[in-house]
Amino acid sequence: MNIRVTLGALAGAAALALSAGGASAQEKLKIGFIYVGPVGDHGWSYQHDVGRKAIEKAFGDKVETTYVESVPEADSERAIEQLARTGHKLVFTTSFGFMEPTLKVAKKYPNVKFEHATGFKRAPNVSTYAAKFHEGRYIIGQIAGKMSKTGTIGYVGAFPIPEVVAGINSYFLGAQSVNPNIKIKVVWANSWYDPAKEADAGKALLDQGVDIIAQHTDSPAPLQAAEARGKFGFGQASDMERFAPKAQLTAIIDNWADYYVARTKAVLDGTWKSEDTWGGLNAHMVVMAPYKNMPDDVKKMAEETETAIKSGKLNPFKCPIVKQDGSTVECKGGAALSDEQILGMNFYVKGIDDKLPQ
Amino acid sequence: MTTFEAILLTIVTASTPFLIAALGELVAERSGVLNLGLEGMMAMGAACSFAAAVTFDSSLIGAGAGALAGALMAALFALVVLGFAANQVGSGLALTILGLGLSGLIGAPFVGAKRDPIGHITIPGLSELPVVGRLFFAQDLFVYGSLVLTLAVAFFLHRTRAGLMLRSIGENHTSAHALGLPVLRVRLLAVLFGGACAGLAGAYLSLVYTRFWSPGMIAGRGWIALALVVFAAWRPGWALVGAYIFGAASVLQLHAQAAQFGLPSQVLSAVPYAATILVLLLLSLRHGRAIGAPGSLGSPFVPER
Repeated sequence: MNIRVTLGALAGAAALALSAGGASAQEKLKIGFIYVGPVGDHGWSYQHDVGRKAIEKAFGDKVETTYVESVPEADSERAIEQLARTGHKLVFTTSFGFMEPTLKVAKKYPNVKFEHATGFKRAPNVSTYAAKFHEGRYIIGQIAGKMSKTGTIGYVGAFPIPEVVAGINSYFLGAQSVNPNIKIKVVWANSWYDPAKEADAGKALLDQGVDIIAQHTDSPAPLQAAEARGKFGFGQASDMERFAPKAQLTAIIDNWADYYVARTKAVLDGTWKSEDTWGGLNAHMVVMAPYKNMPDDVKKMAEETETAIKSGKLNPFKCPIVKQDGSTVECKGGAALSDEQILGMNFYVKGIDDKLPQ
Repeated sequence: MTTFEAILLTIVTASTPFLIAALGELVAERSGVLNLGLEGMMAMGAACSFAAAVTFDSSLIGAGAGALAGALMAALFALVVLGFAANQVGSGLALTILGLGLSGLIGAPFVGAKRDPIGHITIPGLSELPVVGRLFFAQDLFVYGSLVLTLAVAFFLHRTRAGLMLRSIGENHTSAHALGLPVLRVRLLAVLFGGACAGLAGAYLSLVYTRFWSPGMIAGRGWIALALVVFAAWRPGWALVGAYIFGAASVLQLHAQAAQFGLPSQVLSAVPYAATILVLLLLSLRHGRAIGAPGSLGSPFVPER
């Protein structure tokens, strides 16, 4: 685990330990980040770090940010508490698995404000935030449905948790909306970050007749596997075009920067309060990379879908949603599934042949 | 190319890093030194080889740099455990942690860089053969190298005088010393060889397997290679078998998922590990309790003056 401290103006000047700052630190707002992976993962943690840098850029020497990377979920309580104890007044914990440790530490440090990504439990000093990635996945599903020649599209998943399952469903519904006969194959890597294994998972899908791969793991390896075989794929979390210039059709980019800057401002202004934020394409928390390597009509379709989702005209989970067993899901959100239903999704939609590991 | 061929090809790529790393560790352990720093040395090999390959635009220089980086890490380890007779388990674990951290630092400027795949060496004629053609006669240099290395290590350990010397030092360093064998010098060379192999295995991951560098990309493969040495009962031939069983199991479970066999993916993901334990169990049942562990493995040697 690397622990680094970067000082607002002197970004990059790395000190080795977290020190309980001196007099100057009293004036600065100290902000801490806990990352589940290395900042160099090109994906999830990297994008959170882009958000951290945006804070430094926006507030300059009014803030001081610290990050701790590659924190195992089981060992995160220690790392979170370390930040709270060393004078950090705002702490972002950026993985679902940090939920309970964050709440535990938050209870001990009522004066520290916590922001937990992708969780669902809040406290007076714990906010939660997440992005509606499934909106982007509907768009890439439509692209995959149009672009697939074999009629079978693939998906590399990390773990069968609701967020990933909702992503698979949204991707498949998108594909189904343009090609009713589309088939999907899902492979679970059972890891968020293992590039070699992710590459093997991608190869396994390609070997079995898949020609478009989407992934919900953190490295560009599956996309790279598609590039090597002359097939197509999508970037995950960040724009991965440089790894697969011929294969990347688009990428779903996590954009935390606006949110992080807004929350930091709220703390500086004294207006911070515990709340839940779940923004999508419209809120700029989810951004699509340029549409490339596809015919103009597919590109046009993707852009129209993006606009429709932004304006609220289209919801990937608009009712009726039919489960694999043929039963219709109760529609709790009016015209579409409610946020709770999407956040707790534990079923595949009709048309997916595979069985969801429970 | 049929699906069957494609699966076999993927298995070869998945198994090669395990084989190279395990062979190096096997030689070190045969000389009596347990180096738990495999994961760290592999990480350093992956980072340094990628950095060198990008800087000099040559995969060959990259591979060389990877081996050198692994050997340098091993030299540090040798200084501590051979020079100062420190505890091997503790020093090895420290080497892993050091390697993981240092590789992140060295690799940092190269995060996001990308390299083209290295060329496969195709043997004209033979590579056109059905099924076996692509499998045996159109691989990359690392694959051929790993097979040659297996033979070379087996020949060295069991058919040469130097190999006999190395094994006897591993079995009982006190007796070997009394016979006038240079215990520490042989161990130093064995540890350096192990480090170079680990570095090469790491280079294979970042130059061939994924073709980018990122911290944490070794993802526990060093530990599996360590387990393979035990699995192989310290025999190079069995290391080859073990590496390929493990590689095959880890690739096949992904295919089983894609083919929708209906087994839970968590169970399938555990198959390679379960298979390893099972074979280990069967081996030890067949051979009795002691299955070839070198007698002096892990114990420091301080020559009497």
